[in-house]
Amino acid sequence: MSYRIIHYINQFYAGIGGEEKADVAPEIREGVVGPGMAFKGALGADAEIVATVICGDSYFASNMEKTSAEIIEMMKKYKPDAVIAGPAFNAGRYGTACGALCEAVVKELGIPAVGGMYPENPGVEMYKKSFYIVETPDSAAGMRKAVPAMAGLLLKLLKGEKLGTPAEEGYIERGVRKNKFYDKLAAERVVDMFTAKLKGEPFVTEYPMPQFDRVDPQPAVKNMKNAVIALVTSGGICPVGNPDHIEASSASKFGEYDITGIDDLTCDAFCTAHGGYDATYADEDSDRVLPVDVLREMEREGVFKKLHNKFYSTVGNGTAVASSKRFGAEIASRLIADGVTAVILTST
Amino acid sequence: MVKEIERAGLPVVHVCTIVPISLTVGANRIVPAVAIPHPFGDPARTAAEEKEIRRHLVEKSLQALQTEITEQTVFAD
Repeated sequence: MSYRIIHYINQFYAGIGGEEKADVAPEIREGVVGPGMAFKGALGADAEIVATVICGDSYFASNMEKTSAEIIEMMKKYKPDAVIAGPAFNAGRYGTACGALCEAVVKELGIPAVGGMYPENPGVEMYKKSFYIVETPDSAAGMRKAVPAMAGLLLKLLKGEKLGTPAEEGYIERGVRKNKFYDKLAAERVVDMFTAKLKGEPFVTEYPMPQFDRVDPQPAVKNMKNAVIALVTSGGICPVGNPDHIEASSASKFGEYDITGIDDLTCDAFCTAHGGYDATYADEDSDRVLPVDVLREMEREGVFKKLHNKFYSTVGNGTAVASSKRFGAEIASRLIADGVTAVILTST
Repeated sequence: MVKEIERAGLPVVHVCTIVPISLTVGANRIVPAVAIPHPFGDPARTAAEEKEIRRHLVEKSLQALQTEITEQTVFAD
């Protein structure tokens, strides 16, 4: 008897459509769809994809708990032994959806789940403790590498085989600690590591320190009437024609745009460069992403002193964390130099 | 970006739709928005209604910036 697998994919991999279809509700189809074909080959005779669940990325992201619960109900009828999700590579909403669903699968159905994501996918940080996420490259070009790794791990889990370390098995660390015997005492091992470090030789720590990159909140704005408010966005708003050629995904730069004398971001002058959401609404009226019109009104009413005459914009779509950090630091130094008090940062 | 700007010394309010991502990334003041493709609007409504929604979100954002916090805070309705 072969194991019964359900595969989760988004609207894009199901061939339903891109961002314009990202709000489609979940559905379940019998058999394989899209990348399920590749998994079918990798799983061989041991397991069969009996059904595929498809859901739009924005639909899922907008109602995560409700959608997970809905999909779990759909799955029950097919009596699955395990679930495969994605791979989602570096697609944030897709990765988050895979994570939320797999967490629910493990909890509610009590069966194993395996996903595949690039380490910077936000779904990793959110759900890595809940299920096995195989580390993949950042784009679908890595499909051929991701599929066999995910299928192999899933089969091991189904057969109850002993798993090696995350590095050996290719999945992202879940923070699970296991006891293990060494030939050498801890004291000897630590001295070995220390001497290796002194010599500049490679060594592997047995307990990596968690990295909490948190920033303490800044004090609140005391006197709003005297404040200069600036707008920053990862939603890609820019002048029509995208003069700085900000990339639709994996942005390598941000833009600085003057809005002196502009009361409203109209469609003849502003649009979005973002390739990760349906641009229809932002292109029609960019105030839907960057609320310049309302801020101008409030500036006139004296709610605050001034709307900063420049806004900063990039595309937060598969953009590397390192790039975002660089943009943030550079934008901050310009805002501070210009005497800005506080920032409204909008994300799509 | 939120974190780097805050680190440099400016209070930031992050207005976004997927609040769990904002919490994971480490924004401190978070205001939940309407929807991914139109955080500050709703094309299904009239222009006047949309503007009202937008105004409400901006007011909430300014309120968040004027609120002292010690940890990550979501300013929901």
